[in-house]
Amino acid sequence: MADKLRAQQQLEALQARYIGIGSSDTSKHEWTSNIARDSLSSYLGHPPLLQYMSIGLGQSRERTRVQLLDRMIQPVGPPPKSRISWLT
Amino acid sequence: MVASTEKNKLVYILTRSGQTDITISSPLEAHKPQTLIYSLIGLDVGYDNPMFAALELDFSSAEVDPTGEAVKELRKELVYYELDLGLNHIVRKWSEPVDRTAHALFRVPGGPNAPSGVLVCGEDNITYHRINNKKSDLLRLAIPRREGATEDPNRTRSICTGTLYSLKGGEFFYLLQTEDGDVFKMTLDAPDGVVEKIKIKFFDTLPLATSICLLRAGFCFLTCESGDRLLYELESLGDDSDDAVFDSSQFPSDPLKEYAPPFFRPRELRNLKEADALGSLNPIMDMEVANPALEDAPQIYTINGGGGRSTFRTTRNALEVLDLIESPLPQSASGVWTTKLTAEDETDTLIILCLHSRTLVLKIGDDVEEANNTGFLVETNTLGVQQFGEDCVIQIHPKGIRHIQGIKFPDDGAVATRQDITDWHPPAHRTIVACATNNRQVAIALSSGQILYFECDSDGSLAMAEEEISLDDTISCLAIPDVPEGSVRAYFMAVGCSNSTVRIYNLAPDMEGNILRDISVQGLSSPPSALTINFMTDKSPRGYSQYLHIGLRSGVYIRSALDELSGEIGDTRRRFLGPEPVTFTRVAAAGEPAVIAMTSRPWLAYTHPRTSVLQLTPLNYIPFKSAWNFEGSAFKGVICVSGNELRIFTFNDLLDNTTCESIPLRYTPRKFVGHHDQGTFYVIESENNTMGAAARQALIDQAEGAMDIEQTNGETSNGHAEGNELPPNYFGYPRAKGQWASCIQIVDPLTDKAVLQSIELTDNKSAVSVALATFESRGDNEYYLAVGVAKDLQFTPYKFTSASIQLYKISANGREMEFMHETAMPEPPLALLPFKGKLLIGAGTNLSLYDCGRNAMLRKALAADCVPTRIVGLKTQGSRIIISDQAQSVTYAVHKDQVHPNRIIPFADDTIQRHTTCTEMVDYETTVGGDKFGNIWMVRCPPKVSEASDESPDGLNLLQDKAFLGGAPNRLDLVAHYFTNDIPTSIQRTVLISGGERVIFWAGLQGTLGALIPFTSRRQHKMFQQLELLLRNEDKPLSGRDHLAYRSYFTPVKGVIDGDLVERFLVLGRDKRETIVGQIQGSWSSEMVDEAIWNMRGLYAF
Repeated sequence: MADKLRAQQQLEALQARYIGIGSSDTSKHEWTSNIARDSLSSYLGHPPLLQYMSIGLGQSRERTRVQLLDRMIQPVGPPPKSRISWLT
Repeated sequence: MVASTEKNKLVYILTRSGQTDITISSPLEAHKPQTLIYSLIGLDVGYDNPMFAALELDFSSAEVDPTGEAVKELRKELVYYELDLGLNHIVRKWSEPVDRTAHALFRVPGGPNAPSGVLVCGEDNITYHRINNKKSDLLRLAIPRREGATEDPNRTRSICTGTLYSLKGGEFFYLLQTEDGDVFKMTLDAPDGVVEKIKIKFFDTLPLATSICLLRAGFCFLTCESGDRLLYELESLGDDSDDAVFDSSQFPSDPLKEYAPPFFRPRELRNLKEADALGSLNPIMDMEVANPALEDAPQIYTINGGGGRSTFRTTRNALEVLDLIESPLPQSASGVWTTKLTAEDETDTLIILCLHSRTLVLKIGDDVEEANNTGFLVETNTLGVQQFGEDCVIQIHPKGIRHIQGIKFPDDGAVATRQDITDWHPPAHRTIVACATNNRQVAIALSSGQILYFECDSDGSLAMAEEEISLDDTISCLAIPDVPEGSVRAYFMAVGCSNSTVRIYNLAPDMEGNILRDISVQGLSSPPSALTINFMTDKSPRGYSQYLHIGLRSGVYIRSALDELSGEIGDTRRRFLGPEPVTFTRVAAAGEPAVIAMTSRPWLAYTHPRTSVLQLTPLNYIPFKSAWNFEGSAFKGVICVSGNELRIFTFNDLLDNTTCESIPLRYTPRKFVGHHDQGTFYVIESENNTMGAAARQALIDQAEGAMDIEQTNGETSNGHAEGNELPPNYFGYPRAKGQWASCIQIVDPLTDKAVLQSIELTDNKSAVSVALATFESRGDNEYYLAVGVAKDLQFTPYKFTSASIQLYKISANGREMEFMHETAMPEPPLALLPFKGKLLIGAGTNLSLYDCGRNAMLRKALAADCVPTRIVGLKTQGSRIIISDQAQSVTYAVHKDQVHPNRIIPFADDTIQRHTTCTEMVDYETTVGGDKFGNIWMVRCPPKVSEASDESPDGLNLLQDKAFLGGAPNRLDLVAHYFTNDIPTSIQRTVLISGGERVIFWAGLQGTLGALIPFTSRRQHKMFQQLELLLRNEDKPLSGRDHLAYRSYFTPVKGVIDGDLVERFLVLGRDKRETIVGQIQGSWSSEMVDEAIWNMRGLYAF
């Protein structure tokens, strides 16, 4: 029992520290949002990827960076109306 | 303070203890979940508690609002954090809303009489915020827009980068660059430390930069987003230019209110002057290694992106030299020497040229003229010239040695006076075939196989030694090093014999007082053609060592260390230089001793100035047969003769072993294809969100027309004609959302070094792929250029209105092309490949085979839905086709031409989703490729699957195979995987040096050129593997990053050893090397490891 409690505590500690560690309560929207934010953050954090995209779009790297950051606000649209995840 | 994009913010306190030690505290946390950070700076608060300003956006309210309304109401905030040093605690001090488009912050200097605060830059606005501001105090500026016929007056700009520069006396200004490249000078009017007004003024237009740095010395360094980095000289600070000044009183402080946008007129550079450029290949869009120039080694051709600054570059492995003098000779010369007249002379006085059985003596003065009465024997070939003893010069010719004492040029004329001439003649019926000299010693080899040795007498005359060497073989070359400092003679002589050996003899008396004793012998693979011995700087404890350089008739160069005490030969390195015999000259390159090796092209053996490792690099120069060191009063360099030209050149810099030539291109190049028989390249270029050439011209014409009506005889006010387009290499192209500017250019990098023809694509079309093809139906000698074209192309989401293939006929000399026809395609054809006399086209997910018709392309075969996403690349060997998908790695397919209609059947694909950028077939089963995340990988088809695919002529067995897990019936195996930290844009299996083995050469987007070299021996592979493992622990990087984790960034590294890490071994200290080598199994010594690393690079690459 104590082990289970400790595991639970560890998981909670990890969840507090890192964004995106799911739990049984994570909704589909939260989960997909986190994945999308993770990807976007990776695109703007790796200089070659940011440059690759900027060249394709024909704009400055700063503008691409801001666009990607803005997309991180709501990457997969607004959250579903119901808070019960399996209904959506 | 360090912030992540979302949530985390950490504050570290750095404390300096003593002079050098800096300690870093454990971090303080200021996390705020569900908050994005756009920008973060430290503020200037003088000696108060440190403050930070962050541009944050808290999206937590949008996360719980299903209507989607909250997103629109989110506010961006400027948040101040204060670090309380007394409490060791970070406080979120204050926050205020800012414009929603804000994305960059700049610090305003603080302290006494300085305002302190923050500049917030957003789209079309720059706002000054005082620390802990009230909303009414904001001062705001709109960013001036370009005025011009082609510019959209409603387009807003934002600031990309900028810099703050403080002058002496507390004044300061900003240089801020917009995304067009226009740099503005911004100043704050702050009497008594309160900002009343902010002003902005156009400064100059520079290429778009990631960072601008102003130097105290009056220079401006620009790290450009693409292409070369530039250094500018500041001519003025723009105070007295007549450009319009805008200030904050003209604009409302609320960015949403109406205002009259400010305009300025872009112009040529006025405040800055270009001073220097630092070459950079970034970004490489495509690369090809080829040898259309038919040089010894292939060249690397790259297309380098970046709007108006795009270039086509030719990179060679060669040292850049600076040509100083080029002058014609009456007759072609075979040898050249320079000499001083006395041992004390600082500079050379005479140039001696050996023409065909004639010797020409030239004097170096204000100009070079023929010298008379120097005493040189003119009617003969010269073998060697040497300043000898105090004030003598000797000339060695086949029939003897002439010793001339005291040559002087009394009245600066070309007529010399001399004291004494002595001639020494060899025994009858013998001639001198080789000689070696230094200031005090002379050795000559006779045609009979004898070597005679002379030393300098007290009066400067030649004294022949009693001992002599006689050998049975013909002697081809001799070498004596210079007299070491503090000695009276050099200790060793090297003799090269025609029986493929080099022997070392002692010149200093040994224990028994004997000289000319045989000390050591080195066997060679071919007869030696030249020898030389010199002292070169290296990493030995003393800083330099004696080296013996051996050149062979076969064109191989050998460098060995020659022990100064024992005369033992050791530590040997070999390299093939060219197909002709190698000869040497000792020179000084950048002040360090070096050796020029001459074969089919010149090479330099030198010490790398930074790593102190001995290097061998070809020179970017014409081949020459003879050269000598040249020390003039004005410059130092190397004098050489090539045919009937006399040239003097010098070395610029020994750090960079590649040279680069570039040809400007019009737009960002996307792909190119080479026509190697004709030495031309066809480049497709396109520019997104840019106005097409036709639209540009129409607008300019319209503006000119309007002007003609308004002012019939008006002079244009500012120098250049109104409608003239600004040069795009500085000003870029006018932007237009959703528009494309695209063209096809023919480039000749060999003879003309220029663009030969440009064809603009009209109608908002952009070129997406290119291939050079011949069609079976049209004859083998007619070349066609197929270009894939998409109209109104857009990304995210991927959209287009139509797509087609354009076919151009190429003229016989490859220098012109003519439009033939255009065929509509269902989707943009991103991949084209000439295949079995037809053209293979990958459009969307479909792969089809087309033949050339009279008015259109004719489809011969189709494989629908070959890949899941989109075909971006094709490669082939035989009937096998490797199809690369945009997001799903590669698929192997086979073409069956025995059935009608032809079948293309995919039979194997990969297990991992790789966003493929480039691929190359290494062999029939194996493919190497790169992906968008910076990995290089190699996949292989299992042998049974590979055999089965080629078994039946109609492919029925393959069609009956069941699809496996929604993909092809079979899977590929992973052979190797490696993270490169740069996106490979092109990969090729090629030879890099003449006589070398094949390597996999790749080019990365950010300018990386890299090679993957195959291991051929198991023993060596084991050693390198152990070495890499040890170096990971022994030679950790400064930041402490784990090497294994780094190279396994996305997928665990497999089958590749990091050569960059392994080469760190060469620069480690002696002790560390020994400890590492001691741990390697398999009886390796430090020298052997050293040699293995050297060979790994030297035999395959450069």
